[in-house]
Amino acid sequence: MQLRYIKYLLVIVMFVYACKKSEVIQDKVETFLGFQRPKNFPETAYNFANNPVTKDGFELGRMLFYEPRLSRDNTITCGSCHIQSSAFTQHGHDVSHGIDDRLGTRNSPPIMNLAWNKAFMWGGGIYDLDLFPISPITTHEEMDESLENVLNKLKAMDKYKNKFRAAFGSEEITTANFLKALSQFMLLCVSSNSKYDKVMRKEDNASFTATELEGYELFKQKCASCHTEPLFTDNGFRNNGLAPSPINDLGLYTATLLNADKYKFKVPSLRNLKYTAPFMHDGRFLTLDAVFTHYVHEVQATENLDPLLNKNGARGIAINNDEKTKLMAFLNTLNDEEFINNKLLAEQ
Amino acid sequence: MKKILTIITISSILFTACKKDNTTPDFDEQNLASLSVEFDNIVGGRTLTMDNSAVPYTNATGEKFTISSIQYFISNIQLTTTAGKQYTVPQDSSYFLIKGADRTTRFAKVKVPEGDYNKLTFVLGVDSLRSTMPVDKRTGVLDPAAGGHMGGGMYWGWNSGYIFFKLEGNSEVISDDQLGDPTGKKQFKYHIGGFGGYSAQTINNIKTITVDLNNAGIAKVRKDRQSNIHLFVDLIKFFNGTNTFSIKTYPNVMFSEYSTNLAKNFKDMFTHDHTEN
Repeated sequence: MQLRYIKYLLVIVMFVYACKKSEVIQDKVETFLGFQRPKNFPETAYNFANNPVTKDGFELGRMLFYEPRLSRDNTITCGSCHIQSSAFTQHGHDVSHGIDDRLGTRNSPPIMNLAWNKAFMWGGGIYDLDLFPISPITTHEEMDESLENVLNKLKAMDKYKNKFRAAFGSEEITTANFLKALSQFMLLCVSSNSKYDKVMRKEDNASFTATELEGYELFKQKCASCHTEPLFTDNGFRNNGLAPSPINDLGLYTATLLNADKYKFKVPSLRNLKYTAPFMHDGRFLTLDAVFTHYVHEVQATENLDPLLNKNGARGIAINNDEKTKLMAFLNTLNDEEFINNKLLAEQ
Repeated sequence: MKKILTIITISSILFTACKKDNTTPDFDEQNLASLSVEFDNIVGGRTLTMDNSAVPYTNATGEKFTISSIQYFISNIQLTTTAGKQYTVPQDSSYFLIKGADRTTRFAKVKVPEGDYNKLTFVLGVDSLRSTMPVDKRTGVLDPAAGGHMGGGMYWGWNSGYIFFKLEGNSEVISDDQLGDPTGKKQFKYHIGGFGGYSAQTINNIKTITVDLNNAGIAKVRKDRQSNIHLFVDLIKFFNGTNTFSIKTYPNVMFSEYSTNLAKNFKDMFTHDHTEN
């Protein structure tokens, strides 16, 4: 009898608690903060003045990001190859897996911190985020659709008319507004709440362990010239000495036709490595261990090999096993769990 | 007496009318009138007929070919009067996509100050400034969504930029392997673009074409009439111009170093046939 009362009481308490919790969550969702530059991040490269991020624009962008009508047979969304739980990459795929089970030639890169990006794609060619989505939509191995058709499909749907009106003041679905909405979503895919960030911003009393700190010091000596803090990329294109693949992907050269750009690929960020294997432009390394082995032992003397990997006639980077353990510990502090669990960025 | 007066009046009116007709209006950038430039596609001595496989065209190398699609951008139109005054059509109204398959697109219609013009300048392609502008400035023929991507599209998504000149067709000389057309359709594709690059200096196939109108007739632009500069665009010169090339050797030329050789032929394609005033 008494026990039963306690049970009832418990259930009621739980209810109240649940209500309270959901209110908090709702509050969080409804206070839309727009784009905010993290305190430890530099000035952005994106021209926000030409496309201010609004709640409606962001939500429209999110709808479009998860909209299968962007592909020819309405099966593939942006989120198919950029999965949030994998930090917006296609985990487990060396190269992207698109429409009709077609395979691309490159590893799906993360949709992350794009406001600071000056060039897009592993091999460059695109320098404006607003123009980026045209590439995956029209690429044969990805969505294989025309931009014109995508817009026509969206125009037939009332939910988009309403959302475009809310976001841009006109229900007319134009190329510019379609692309700007996608940008607004992608710009808010900011990963800045890793342990590293909290240590740097002196938040939550966060501090590195002794091993992490030693790893950080080693990182600054051996890795930071290309993987520059705090974005962990210098936004450049470099040849890191990978042996040319069977398809002989020439990287940046394809877009510039300059011999000095042969075999140069975009320097990727080192954030969220825990979720984003496999690694390199063609996903050839399945583990971080394999990446270390490459830099220590396997750097090839190909055309335009980065001089930083060929100092004093010795190719690669000298890293012993002890140093590797410490570096791994530091790299682990760059994983951002809040980013991959952020409900705002998920399909609704 | 009355008769004489009438004759004098009439002749004076006529005289004034004649005089008015022959006077070149003062060059006034506010006083605009219509002018069209007609891009009439031809192939050597013949008119352009799409997929004319019964009687194909022949290039200087002796290769027989047919044309299935021809499209190109004309932009940045500028005119010079006989007195040397230059007028540049405002950029926002100065982009045209000429499509061989759609005769209605053959006119580039602009507004210029009233006057007599003996020099026409335009760009074949899209200038580098517009090629790097934000997406909102890319409307009309410059909309990356215009024309789809398989057939009519004139935009490279993977390497941001416009295709300036797109010529496709068929020739029996094309092999069925990777060096030709592995689909066996014997198709050639010339997609010429390249505006010089966003940051690094890359190939630039933007060509400025200048046409002297003195010989075949200057354009007299007035409000009360429609002046039309009729140009012939001889597509055979794309094959046989400054840089004659073989379709068999180069069946596909897109974004590549070799495309700069083909772009050298652009200027040879345009001749002024006459002006309708």
